Amino acid sequence: MIDVQQLTKTYYDTVAVNDVSFSVKEGETLVLLGTSGSGKTTTLRMLNRLTEPSSGKIFIDNKNILTQPPEELRRNMGYVLQGYGLFPHYSVAENIAIVPKLLKWPTEKIRNRVDELLYKLQLPPEQYRHVYPATLSGGQKQRVGLARALATDPPILLMDEPFGALDMLTRFAVRKEFKELDELKKKTIILVTHDVQEAFELGDKIGLMDKGKMRQLASPPELIFRPADDFVKAFFKHHLFQLEWQSMRLKNIWNELPEAGNAIRATLSADHTLWEAMEELVNNNAPVYVIDEETRLRKEVTFEHLKMAIQKQKRQN
Amino acid sequence: MEEQQSLWQFIAQQSDKLWQQTVTHIGLTFTALLIAVLIGLPLGVFIARRQKFAPAVLGFAGILQTIPSIALLGFMIPLLGIGAFPAIAALFLYALLPIIRNTYTGIKEVDAAVVDAAKGMGMTDAQILLKVQMPLAMPVILAGIRTATVINVGVATLAAYIAAGGLGEFIFGGIALNNTNMILAGAIPAALLAILFDFLLSLLQRMQLRKMHRLVIILPVIFIALSSFYVFSAVDKSLLAGFTPEFMGREDGYLGLKSKYHLNIRNVVISDAVMYKAEFEKKLDVISGYSTDGRLKAYGLITLKDDKAIFPPYYAAPLVRKEVLVKYAELATALNLLAGKINDSIMTELNYRVDYLKQLPERTAKDFLIEKGLYKPPQNGNKGTVRLGSKIFGEQYILINMYKMLIEGYTHLRVETRTGLGGTKICFDALINNQIDLYPEYTGTGLLVVLKPSKKKVADLMGNRDSVYQYVKKEFAEKYNLAWLPPIGFNNAYALMMRKEQARRLKIRTISDLKHYTDRK
Repeated sequence: MIDVQQLTKTYYDTVAVNDVSFSVKEGETLVLLGTSGSGKTTTLRMLNRLTEPSSGKIFIDNKNILTQPPEELRRNMGYVLQGYGLFPHYSVAENIAIVPKLLKWPTEKIRNRVDELLYKLQLPPEQYRHVYPATLSGGQKQRVGLARALATDPPILLMDEPFGALDMLTRFAVRKEFKELDELKKKTIILVTHDVQEAFELGDKIGLMDKGKMRQLASPPELIFRPADDFVKAFFKHHLFQLEWQSMRLKNIWNELPEAGNAIRATLSADHTLWEAMEELVNNNAPVYVIDEETRLRKEVTFEHLKMAIQKQKRQN
Repeated sequence: MEEQQSLWQFIAQQSDKLWQQTVTHIGLTFTALLIAVLIGLPLGVFIARRQKFAPAVLGFAGILQTIPSIALLGFMIPLLGIGAFPAIAALFLYALLPIIRNTYTGIKEVDAAVVDAAKGMGMTDAQILLKVQMPLAMPVILAGIRTATVINVGVATLAAYIAAGGLGEFIFGGIALNNTNMILAGAIPAALLAILFDFLLSLLQRMQLRKMHRLVIILPVIFIALSSFYVFSAVDKSLLAGFTPEFMGREDGYLGLKSKYHLNIRNVVISDAVMYKAEFEKKLDVISGYSTDGRLKAYGLITLKDDKAIFPPYYAAPLVRKEVLVKYAELATALNLLAGKINDSIMTELNYRVDYLKQLPERTAKDFLIEKGLYKPPQNGNKGTVRLGSKIFGEQYILINMYKMLIEGYTHLRVETRTGLGGTKICFDALINNQIDLYPEYTGTGLLVVLKPSKKKVADLMGNRDSVYQYVKKEFAEKYNLAWLPPIGFNNAYALMMRKEQARRLKIRTISDLKHYTDRK
């Protein structure tokens, strides 16, 4: 869906983004991970042309976006940024309605859509519609920012440190909600973060960037178990044990798990990580079951199986 | 409470004029402000977008701000003449800096994340400016407009100097006439206007941020409404007179022209500093000046004969403390060497050299004394010291330099000069308090400013140079123990002046001729 080729951005004599290429499939979430100054944000901003590339090409649905009017391009992409950038002089409803208004939606349609989003994001419309951003908490602002980006249901969502301004606890809570939001399930998302946990929690693929270069672009287990070079290895060194368990999902080891009967109540889904499965095992003394939501098949999860899966990954390395 | 009551009486009596001045004042202020907003706002937006132009634009507007207001008004005259047009131009220049700077700062200080979000959502530059940057910058922009308004209300008082009217007419008239009520009748409304507009704009500024977009429309409407108060006077071909604020308020000035001559002439109030130039440049036709002013010669003007004698004679003579005359008998002899030696045209010529050709007063004085064969080199005696004082203007400087040379050349006395003693009141106070021993004074001033006799007495004395001189001589001797020595000869009185060429063409020689001419039109 998104195809980026040899993207480069230079400012005078510094190279901010150096020959970066990647592609993102429809419905996939790509996380650009890196420290500040790694070029991840610049890369993101070139996708909606807030920054113009010095060279390289960007295709979305096989169309070269560099030949499109930037305003039109941006109206078809959701954009969430760290400070949220809510308009302080607009109410919550007005903030969410910005892009629909730019696209000249009828008033009725705008109102319905705003209420729908507020409802889905757990901001009761009657209570929050006419409130101004200054009175909202950080988590609420974040949700309004997200609702604004989703207003016209764009297929692509660009997110620049979307949880960066939240405290730790709120961040966990909001991230959990975020993962479960049905509005986001089918979106193609490119998300920028410096938070390793966040990258592993949200990314289907992670691109690790450093000094403008893409050091490795791979799925989470690959990044942990088969790092491309010493830099990648060193980057994850500090949280290695946890990341090993977080990088893999139950669906990745589905075939190794023992079958279970169809009537059994499952507390985990195939999308959960081994880390989450382990948490469930520790907290529950009873046997733990997982369900594949597409096939409705159930399997049993035991600590022994999880351990074996991790060890197998390590051996393959 | 007597003071306050007479202020109310003054205001009641002059309410027509006060109202008209206030309307003019508001009109001038807001016309200039409107233009400044129309130009300053886009300019501020422009430099907020093209940062590299910001230092140049802000620097230039900053320099304009540092030009003293009187000087700026002075610069306007050769370019734009006199009246409302140059006044508005000057006010506009003063209002420019706060508006440009605050627009620039306001837009720059809008949260970068908000602008980024607006752009990221696909707003065009124009939409970002109108829907995001301007509304969010509005409190800062309004603060700039507020500053500009208060500056303009203040500076607009100076518009009276270049015939643009406004509350400055009363203020400067009052200062010139030492009339406190008149000053207050101009100053209080001017201050109230500043406070009122500042307050009204502060209300707008404190208005909820979310309503700001409405303000973008409301404000220009208010400004246009306020500036429309001011209707530019239609083009009029009749003769135009320019009178100083002082002249306007005096019985022996404009009031006398109306009551004694029944002169009805279109007139504007203007500062003495620019009046002669404006007359020369044909912006004015008749002005009120002083009959021995050097600019009379410089600009080719003539004085109209005061055939009904409304202007009291202002013969110059040394005013001396009697004790000094007794102590140094030779002093009077030396001072009287100048008596009757300088007539009007000689004094005009001498003033011309100093005021216009920029000769030093010492040189002018010495040249004159040598020419008349009166000059003697100083004897450098040490018999005692005589202290000479003078008011601040060329004619007085010339006179005391002559006296200094005469005293030092003809006696063994030494001379100390204290020049630049402000106006009449300061000189006179210095004299009676034994701070100086003598200064040149004018009989009319002695009569009207110091003695202030009844109107009837003034009317009786008027028109006869000798009776005024004899009266002040007698009164000063009795009341203050001061002596008026014999007059020097010239009469530096008020006079109406016209350009020589125009007066000849219209056959106007006297003020009565002028009245007949204006009546016919």
